[in-house]
Amino acid sequence: MASTAPVEVERPAGDLDVAPDIPWIVIVWNDPINLMSYVVYVFQKLFGYSREKATRLMLDVHQKGKAVVSNGPREKCEFDVSRLHAHGLWATMQKDR
Amino acid sequence: MAFDRVKRTRRGDFVVKIPPTERELLRTLPELLRTLLTDGDAAADPALRRLFPPPTLDDQEINAEFERLMREDLLAERLGSLETMERTLEADRLSEDELVAWLAAINDLRLVIGVRLDVTEETTVADFASLADDDPRVGMYATYSYLTFLEDHVVTALAGGLP
Repeated sequence: MASTAPVEVERPAGDLDVAPDIPWIVIVWNDPINLMSYVVYVFQKLFGYSREKATRLMLDVHQKGKAVVSNGPREKCEFDVSRLHAHGLWATMQKDR
Repeated sequence: MAFDRVKRTRRGDFVVKIPPTERELLRTLPELLRTLLTDGDAAADPALRRLFPPPTLDDQEINAEFERLMREDLLAERLGSLETMERTLEADRLSEDELVAWLAAINDLRLVIGVRLDVTEETTVADFASLADDDPRVGMYATYSYLTFLEDHVVTALAGGLP
């Protein structure tokens, strides 16, 4: 390398916000249409949760308005959100702070 | 009529017992959903926004990327479930995959009709009792209630197979 110019590493300012070690969480929000039995079924089917755990999460969604249903790296959370959307649940992801 | 509309068999498939009048109603529904999915205004129609919500509350970059990468697959999946339900609408037996497709289509239909009717946690049949008989919302709510009933039977049958 003849050039003495410093090598520029492409690192947009916002990059620090999406550092891979910051885990993300997936939230399911309450909605007035989805059946409680259906939501429990979806949590069991998608995440392999026991009936008890799935029911507890569903009740949190119903009574508190939302529940964290999964977490992990961004890609995993994007996948989980897409599966929840495919099943008609209102899910979003955000960084866990 | 209080009998199970769907029952798991020992072979792992499902027996479907749906009376003719209910099948007649079901036949009218897939087209409604397909028209919305294929011709609806994705940005403006609240029912479509409910079926395809953004993946974050406030990150426009992630939302746009998700839309670009996932929307087509999610749409194809919805249309696929709908086609399976239509194809097997007259069946007396369904495989598990077919019943799962029914559930997806029924749930999408409930979401769409529920959004159209502005359903809330407090909505009851009484909210529609005062409407004129020819108000389209009367029929829509009847359809919505029937789909609620049918979906509950389908979920019960499918959930029986979960660990």
